[in-house]
Amino acid sequence: MSVVRRMGMALFAPVLAVVGALVISTAVMAALQVNPLRVFEVMVDFGDSPAQQITALVVILNRAIPLFLAGLAVAIAFRMGLFNIGVEGQYRLATIVAAAAGAAVTLPGPLHVLFIIAVAVVVGAFWAGIVAVLKVTRGVSEVISSIMLNFIALGLASYLLTGPFRGSEEGASIISTAEIPESGQLGGLNAVFDVLGLANPPRQLYGFLPLAIVLGVALAVLLNRTRFGYDLKISGMSPSAAGASGVDARAMVLKAMLLSGAVAGLIGLPDLFGTTHSYTTDFTAGLGFLGIAVALLGRNRPLGIAFAALLFAFLDRALVPLQIADFPASVVTIIQGTIVLAVVVANEVARRVTRRSAERGSAEPPAPVAGDGGSAAMQTPSGPAGPAGDTDERQGAPR
Amino acid sequence: MAATGGTGDGPPPGARSGDAYAVELRGITKRFPGVVANRDIELRVRRGEVHAIVGENGAGKSTLMKTLYGMHRPDEGKILLDGREVHFKSPADAIEAGIGMVHQHFMLADNFTVLENVVLGSEPTKGVRLDRAEARRRIREISERYSLDLDPDELVENLGVGARQRVEIAKVLYRGATVLILDEPTAVLVPHEVDELFGNLAELTREGLTVMFISHKLDEVRRVADAITVIRRGTTVGTADPRTTTVKELAEMMVGSELPSPETRSSTVRDEPVLVLRGLTVRSREGRALVDDVGLTVRAGEVVGIAGVEGNGQAELVDAIMGLRPLAAGQVQLDGGTTGDGGDVAGLEDITGWSTRARREAGLGFIPEDRHRQGILLDAPLWENRILGHQTLPPAAKGQFIDRKAARADTERIMQEYDVRAPGPDTLAVALSGGNQQKLIVGREMSSSPRLLIAAHPTRGVDVGAQAAIWELLKDARAEGMGILLISADLDELIGLSDTLQVMLRGRLVATLDPATVTPEDLGGYMTGARSAAGAA
Repeated sequence: MSVVRRMGMALFAPVLAVVGALVISTAVMAALQVNPLRVFEVMVDFGDSPAQQITALVVILNRAIPLFLAGLAVAIAFRMGLFNIGVEGQYRLATIVAAAAGAAVTLPGPLHVLFIIAVAVVVGAFWAGIVAVLKVTRGVSEVISSIMLNFIALGLASYLLTGPFRGSEEGASIISTAEIPESGQLGGLNAVFDVLGLANPPRQLYGFLPLAIVLGVALAVLLNRTRFGYDLKISGMSPSAAGASGVDARAMVLKAMLLSGAVAGLIGLPDLFGTTHSYTTDFTAGLGFLGIAVALLGRNRPLGIAFAALLFAFLDRALVPLQIADFPASVVTIIQGTIVLAVVVANEVARRVTRRSAERGSAEPPAPVAGDGGSAAMQTPSGPAGPAGDTDERQGAPR
Repeated sequence: MAATGGTGDGPPPGARSGDAYAVELRGITKRFPGVVANRDIELRVRRGEVHAIVGENGAGKSTLMKTLYGMHRPDEGKILLDGREVHFKSPADAIEAGIGMVHQHFMLADNFTVLENVVLGSEPTKGVRLDRAEARRRIREISERYSLDLDPDELVENLGVGARQRVEIAKVLYRGATVLILDEPTAVLVPHEVDELFGNLAELTREGLTVMFISHKLDEVRRVADAITVIRRGTTVGTADPRTTTVKELAEMMVGSELPSPETRSSTVRDEPVLVLRGLTVRSREGRALVDDVGLTVRAGEVVGIAGVEGNGQAELVDAIMGLRPLAAGQVQLDGGTTGDGGDVAGLEDITGWSTRARREAGLGFIPEDRHRQGILLDAPLWENRILGHQTLPPAAKGQFIDRKAARADTERIMQEYDVRAPGPDTLAVALSGGNQQKLIVGREMSSSPRLLIAAHPTRGVDVGAQAAIWELLKDARAEGMGILLISADLDELIGLSDTLQVMLRGRLVATLDPATVTPEDLGGYMTGARSAAGAA
């Protein structure tokens, strides 16, 4: 069994998807009489000076953190075949309540931050819990109810922002909650650049990054190494077999949605702690929906989601430079959209290829396929592009 | 008996004599990985007759019909239509050759009219438009000619089950079929609809069409068929003339009348019960009793066999014992015992309210009837399948964690001890043959040394070698004091393995029999309700 082959199988679908998406987007751009080569050139141009390049890197990482969290939130539910479309509403509501609560209390530094995180987690889990309760008691499809709850959450957030949680002056152009005091903010990590001897850019790298990494590792362990993760996974693969093996399907739906919602509650926090310090009318939107794409591309595994989040963040960063270079910003949206379509197709192709090669009785165990991620060893989500997880782990070798 | 293994009997009545058979299959063999689904099938169907193909579920009827309908190609053998050899690459070829299939599950679009459903896929066109007038004319013609009584403009959603089936028949006739395959057509019909269907079939054969009728309902087959071919364990075991063959004789041919080789039967039954059911009742959503007041005791070292025609409540009984289905009434008691210990009489516990997981942990093992649905994860590696259902106990679990290393090691042990042929514990289960998948399931359930094992059709769909191996394993487990509740459709298996036989009919246990003295004929009689005196074992 060659390691290369196994890696190839695991990477096959995502790479196919990205390549396919690039080809399609190139064709679309050509049809719109935009020079695709110029566009790609702008996208990979991080600037001339080291400071500019590091800034670009920081922008990408800062954007990748919430995307990573959103991908994780979606993936947890997706592991058992639940579509949590409601991540969007869950994080928006969690963020505004957490922002208001954080501004309302005075606590010493770390406790204040922990308090805000706890509030966000509880609100996100609560909102997702409604979906789960509807599903297990009334059989309501989680897709429908979570989409509906998105609208309710957004409406509720608007009401809270303009009503009880309003902290900005009457007549201010941007309405916001009251500012969280400094004890409830997370400082940047730019000291790292000094330590590494790199240029220290003006923009701060979010202090939430280590927390996201820890969470990613913890979830990877939870999903791949624990009884809970096993039950979750088999419930997704075959509900009937899971039931016969003793998994209580209803309890599992509840647990999966609560955990998914809890993680979703964190999505807005990197921005809240790092830059805005309050929830505003123009607070980052759409992360919940992007999270679905990120989870799909990352094949529901934390390590894969980390890479997918970085890719999406990279594409997002290009928005401003593209507009400066007088290209339509929708190019990025087109690429992201086609990636999502391509990844769905590619995952299915990979699943069939793997299954067929297994059915042919090939002596070589193929790599685990979409939605399974059985053996993916999770090391560090933003580490260097290492082997695709399961290979090194099986041989017991550390990275 | 009147049924013979030969095929050259005189022409049955109603058959138009011709030089060649309308359909002839010679030596058809179809293999799937690890299983021979059909072996040396010989089938001769005369033009203008209703030819019934009977056999138990899983005997290979459907595989055979799929071969004839071009859905897959046989590995060996020939298909002849009117004496000419044909090779079908797809159902389209078969349809072209005049073969039509009426599926058991209707394939109709509810919000389309009869006309639209019938022409769907072979629409008559005028230019690019659907020629409704032409379609309507032809459907009326078909409907009148074969007394199908169909209104082309009626919406299908307004039709009853019987009429929908006639739409399906019209569909294949519209495509010019001269040979109709009906797959269990009466399964969905109520009695008077069955009568109507049989009337329609008579019309069809009167017009010279040939009908192949797949069923396991023997009384119906005797009413409607001109000739019968019996399939058992993948091969044709003979033909029968419905006028001279009794239902009992047909049943014998179907299930195999040879008694299992007499074994030296030393009873290992001990006194202490491991499973006691009292007044167990399961109701359907509509309130019909699927399992009706079942009382049963399985002792340590005892195999209790449940015989019955499928669909008489066996599956629901199993689900109820496993805690997968709520009880309407009754009680389930299990002696979980302490592992390795003989267990004591006082060890019976009421597990009626327990979850499936608690029941499994307490010592209930389960070999499910449909392994792909309940027993195995096809897209998961073998070691993950090894721990399925045992994920809370060693060697799979270490506290809240899954012990992958121990699980893999134990999978390798099972692969060796139970002769599961696979490259390694990381192979996907889908790569294994049915027999090897089943051996893995049996191995894993045995490995937790359950006090009671529910074995539902443990050798269904596995090859002969694996079947013998699984039987040996069950016998060994019984000798070691495991209680086994065996549900099977294979009478050989039931009589050969059981210490006590219970017959289940319409959700009730209707007879208790001694397998040492019962004959398959008697058993068949009890199973169909022909005999009803509850004997004492």
